[in-house]
Amino acid sequence: MKGKKRLQKSFVYGLLIALSLLFLLPFFWMVMTSLKGPEELAQYPPKLFPSEWHFENFAKAWNSQPFNVFLVNSLIVTALTTIGQIISSTLVAYGFARFKFKGRDVLFIILLATMMIPWDVTMIPQYMEFNLFGWINTLKALIIPSWFGSAFYIFLLRQFIMSIPKELDEAARIDGANVFQIYYKIYLPLVWPVIVLIAVFNILGSWNDYLGPLIFLNDQSKYTLTLGLAQFKGVHDVNTNGIMAVTFLISIVPLVLFFLAQKKIVEGVQTTGLK
Amino acid sequence: MKSGLSASITPSSIQMKRKKQWSKLIPYLFVAPWIIGFVVFTLGPLLFSFVISFFDWPIVGEKKFIGFSNYITMFTDDPMFWHSLWVTVKFALFFVPLNIILALLLAILLNQKVKGSSLFRTFFYVPSVISGVALAMIWGSVFDGEYGILNYLLSLIGIEGPNWLNSTSWALVAMVIASLWGQGTLMLIFLAGLKNIPQDLYEAAEIDGAGKIFQFFKITVPLLSPTILFNLIMTIIGAFQQLTLALVLTGGGPLQSTYFYAMYVYENAFKYFKMGYSSANAWIMFLIVLALTLLVFKSSSTWVYYENEVKNDK
Repeated sequence: MKGKKRLQKSFVYGLLIALSLLFLLPFFWMVMTSLKGPEELAQYPPKLFPSEWHFENFAKAWNSQPFNVFLVNSLIVTALTTIGQIISSTLVAYGFARFKFKGRDVLFIILLATMMIPWDVTMIPQYMEFNLFGWINTLKALIIPSWFGSAFYIFLLRQFIMSIPKELDEAARIDGANVFQIYYKIYLPLVWPVIVLIAVFNILGSWNDYLGPLIFLNDQSKYTLTLGLAQFKGVHDVNTNGIMAVTFLISIVPLVLFFLAQKKIVEGVQTTGLK
Repeated sequence: MKSGLSASITPSSIQMKRKKQWSKLIPYLFVAPWIIGFVVFTLGPLLFSFVISFFDWPIVGEKKFIGFSNYITMFTDDPMFWHSLWVTVKFALFFVPLNIILALLLAILLNQKVKGSSLFRTFFYVPSVISGVALAMIWGSVFDGEYGILNYLLSLIGIEGPNWLNSTSWALVAMVIASLWGQGTLMLIFLAGLKNIPQDLYEAAEIDGAGKIFQFFKITVPLLSPTILFNLIMTIIGAFQQLTLALVLTGGGPLQSTYFYAMYVYENAFKYFKMGYSSANAWIMFLIVLALTLLVFKSSSTWVYYENEVKNDK
C-alpha cells in the first residue's frame, strides 16, 4: 500500500515539474533572448543561455523609442483609474448594500447584466461619443469612465459589505453619525481587504490594457507602454533582442505586483468564481 | 424606518419632513456614479450603436438611413463575415474544451496533497498576469519557424514543427496554444471548487471499493458542474472577443487564417470607417454570444447538479 502511494506521489510531482517547465519556458526564453546579442538570434540549434551577456540591450531598446513618455502615460492612467474605481465603486456598493430604495433590485440585476456585454458593441459609439466630448487622443478617454464604478468591483464590494453586521450602523447612528460619516469612518476601513484586491486587479488590467489605448489614442506622445511595445515591434521587427528586452521591462510591474499580492489575488479570484 | 436625527432635535415638523425626504434621496446619491456611468458609457452607446447599425455611417461624410441593408449585406454579400465567423468558431471549438480540460487537470494536480503545491500554482498562474501584447511578443519568438524554441524542442522528439505563424493551417493552432498558456484564472476557480468538495465523499467511495476514475466521474465532475458551467460560459464569451492576440501576434494572417470576428468588427470601424456596418457586425456578435450562452444554460439542467436543489426536496 505504501509503495503504491509513493508511486502516485512521485507521478504527481513528475507531472507538476514537467508542466511547470513548460509554463515557465517561454518566460525564461524571453529573458535569455533579451540578454543575447543579435547574432545569436539565427542560431540553430538554439542555445538557451547567451554566450555573452548583453545587459546593455535593455537601455538600448528603451532609449530607441520614447518609452519614458509611454511609462509616464501608463503610470498616470493606471494610478488615476485605480483611485477612481476605488472611490466610485465603494460609494455605489455601499448604496446597494446598506439601503432599501425603490428600484434597487432591478438596478442591481442590470449591473450584473452589464458584465456580459461584449465591449465590441459599445466600443464604436463610445469612440464617437468621446470624439464629441473631445476626449479622443487624450488620456481622459481611458481615465474618466473608471470614476463611475465598475460592475465587477461593485459586486465584490457589495457582497462583502452585506456580510458586515448591521449593528455597527445602528451603534454609530445612536452616536449621532450621519450616513456619510458611517461610510467613511466605519465601512471604508472594514472593506479595506477588498479595496486592496480591487486595486491589484485594476492596476493589472490598466497597465496591461492594449485595446483601449489602441482605439482612443492617436499621437505617439499619448501612447501607453503596451501601445509603445506594439509599435516597437512594428519599427524594429527583426530586433528580437530589443523586443524581448522591452517586453521584460514592461512585465516587471505586473510580475512584481503578482508576487507581492499573490495570496490576495488567488483568494479574490476564487471567491468571485464561487459566487 | 429610521430617520437621521442629529443630536440637536428640531421642533418643527416641516424640518423633520424635509429630513425624511432628504434621507430618501441618499441611497440614490451613493448609487448615482454608477447610474450616470451606466447611462453615459453603456446604455447610451448600446442604443446609439443599435441605431447607427441601420445607417450608412462613414466617419466623415454623409450619413444615410438604409434600414436593414447592413445586416443583409453582411449575410449575403460579404464573404469576410462568414470567413471571420468561421475562424472564430473554429478557434472556440478547440480552445474552449482544451482550456477547460487543461485548467481542470492543473487544478486537480494542485489539489493533491503534495508539498509546495502553492509554488507550482504560482508557475501555472503567472502567465495570465502579463499583458496580451507581452504574451504575443513572447510567443511570436517561441513560434519562430526556424529558430524558435518550440520547433527545436519538437525536433528533439523527432517531430518537424511547422512554420507556425506563416502557415495558413497552423497559425490558428498557434493562437490556441498561446491562449491556453494564459489559462490561470480558470484553474484557480476550479481549484476553489475542488476544495469545496468534502473529503469524506471520496473516503466513503474508497471504502466501497470505487477506483479513482470512478470517483472522478461520479463525485468530482457532478459536484464541480456549476463551476464548469460558469467557466464554460466565461470561456465562450472570451473566445468570441479574441482580438489583441490576433492583432499583435498574427495580424489576422497569414491570408486571413486567423482573422477573428472581433478583428472584422474592428477593421470595419477603424480601417474602413464603416461605422454603421461595424455596429451591425457588433450586434450580430452580441446576439450570437447571447444565443450560445442561453443554449449552454438550457443544456445545463441536464448535466449540472446543484446541491441546494436536491436538499430542498426534503
